[in-house]
Amino acid sequence: MLRNVLNLFTALPLLFIVGLETAFADGHADVGERLFRRCASCHEVGPEARNKVGPHLNEIMGRAAASVEGFRYSRALTAMADDGLVWDEDMMDAFLTRPSDFVPGTRMSFSGVRKEEDRHELIVFLSTLTPETGLGTAHIEPSDPDVAPEILAIEGDVAYGQYLASTCVTCHQESGETDGIPSIINWPAPAFVTVLHAYKNKSRENSVMQQITSVLSNEEIAALAAYYESIQQ
Amino acid sequence: MKLDRRGFMGAGVAAAATLSAPTVFAAGHGKPRVVVVGGGAGGATAARYIAKDSGGAIDVTLIEPTRTYYTCFFSNLYLGGFRDMASLGHSYGALASQGINVVHDWAIGVDRDAKTVALAGGGSVPYDKLILSPGIDFRDGAVQGWDTSAQNAMPHAYKAGSQTELLKSQIESMPQGGVFAMVAPPNPFRCPPGPYERVSMVAHMLKENNPTAKIMIFDPKPGFSKQGLFEDGWARHYAGMVEWVSPDFGGAVDEVRPGSMEVVADGEVVKVDVCNVIPAMKAGRIADIAGVTNEAGWAPVNPHTMATRADDSIHVLGDSSQQGDMPKSGFSANSQAKVCAMAVRGELTGSAVFPARFSNTCWSLLDSNDGVKVGASYEATDEKIAKTSGFVSQVGEDDATRAATYEESVGWYAGITADMFG
Repeated sequence: MLRNVLNLFTALPLLFIVGLETAFADGHADVGERLFRRCASCHEVGPEARNKVGPHLNEIMGRAAASVEGFRYSRALTAMADDGLVWDEDMMDAFLTRPSDFVPGTRMSFSGVRKEEDRHELIVFLSTLTPETGLGTAHIEPSDPDVAPEILAIEGDVAYGQYLASTCVTCHQESGETDGIPSIINWPAPAFVTVLHAYKNKSRENSVMQQITSVLSNEEIAALAAYYESIQQ
Repeated sequence: MKLDRRGFMGAGVAAAATLSAPTVFAAGHGKPRVVVVGGGAGGATAARYIAKDSGGAIDVTLIEPTRTYYTCFFSNLYLGGFRDMASLGHSYGALASQGINVVHDWAIGVDRDAKTVALAGGGSVPYDKLILSPGIDFRDGAVQGWDTSAQNAMPHAYKAGSQTELLKSQIESMPQGGVFAMVAPPNPFRCPPGPYERVSMVAHMLKENNPTAKIMIFDPKPGFSKQGLFEDGWARHYAGMVEWVSPDFGGAVDEVRPGSMEVVADGEVVKVDVCNVIPAMKAGRIADIAGVTNEAGWAPVNPHTMATRADDSIHVLGDSSQQGDMPKSGFSANSQAKVCAMAVRGELTGSAVFPARFSNTCWSLLDSNDGVKVGASYEATDEKIAKTSGFVSQVGEDDATRAATYEESVGWYAGITADMFG
């Protein structure tokens, strides 16, 4: 990872603008990388990156907003992109402070990064992300296996999902707040189903999630997905 | 396939109740009334879910003596210096603003015929359904020489708050090279990994301030939860500091002497500087008073609804219940509360009742960023809450896994307390 990033120094002098050199000198990139783990449950990066719950984040810094092909953005963000929003450091900082304030109507259910220095570290790290960037598997889940179309097609029962969700909310907060455990509200149902099946078939690691999903049927996973997609923050 | 509710119920997995006409409703007095005693992981959760999911159709009263509730879970992290006490305190303001009638008083009596709960402050509260979630009390005479009058000399610190603060200050005042003793409880007791996580946190604190101090655990049990993980952690982080005395070597102490700060084990007198006595436990007193406990001191319950075997208008949650395979933990109580809330609501308003399912995870911290966990899923059988499958952290996991486990536990704390207190 470090070697990859060091190579980028020569390839992409632009990165110095956001203070990457200083960050590495102080060893701060670790901080940003750690903070990024919260993002990584929804956003993929690296050579295999695909759009998941959120768009992939390769080369996010300096990119025009809402510009990843094939991702369905909120109307709110698309409108701001039409007005010329570009993810430079200032804009990203404002967005990450509280996404729902900066883009009212965003579909990103993330309450924000409160500390200014944390946002800075995170942005420094985001600046390193290119299709060539590899991340340790401890931080990024391997790509989740595709789920069979007939399983994705199951229509979930929202009321049953709400009951089943009473297990989830012991850790994943209903409000969308995150304190070390990712928010799972407002996820598009197909992504939700894919992720839960990835835990169920143990291609994603986390013993609690593997345990929880081990007792869920395909219909129950669909019910949860339907419920979580239906929640309005 | 589209799974609608009728199809689901038709599939009929132990359909405890159905959508047919409810049987109880309010006995001729308007809105049905639920009274919850105890505002911890079981009681606060049950009150909140019944109020929230009934949309005002059920009148909910929560009786809890304290205005600020300090969670027992994570109180070990306070001892280790990882949390401050304020971060463990929670008020009932949000629950009150959600329409729950929060009464800060002690419940001192239950009249099962009249269906009323008597309050220490006078008066009584009528109920159609009573939910008791009073945590634990200690068994008299469980440790020779110790009773609650000795709890200032030898704190239990097994109900969080001033006892926890007292224990921490005693540890901080230990002489260099002194001895911290723990008298561990016999099964079953609240939070099976709790005493051993506490030892880890005390060791963490002593390693920084008093590195030549010793910790002795006098244990009446031949083994304990996550034993391999704890012993591995103690060896890696606190080499030579922790000694676990099993029953074969006098772990079941003969007596403690609070006046002279001595522990007598296997006929030998051990002089100690701090002594944390965690006595044998039983259901919280109000469960006894209500007459729903058995000879062992716990309240046997129906696993499908958490209603007591003795009285189906009285439900018991969490530590006080005798339900089967679930450990006594905040996570378990919270899980049981949701099943109970659904069953109670179903009986009182005819709302849908799905088959009970339960889960539990207990995280423990061994040292900075070294977290471990054990967890399981459970289902209700007619006989008991039965474990279906489970997992446990492994010795030798890498640092990143252990750090992530700790981070996860911090997220869980935020999640469960939001789920309890709104």
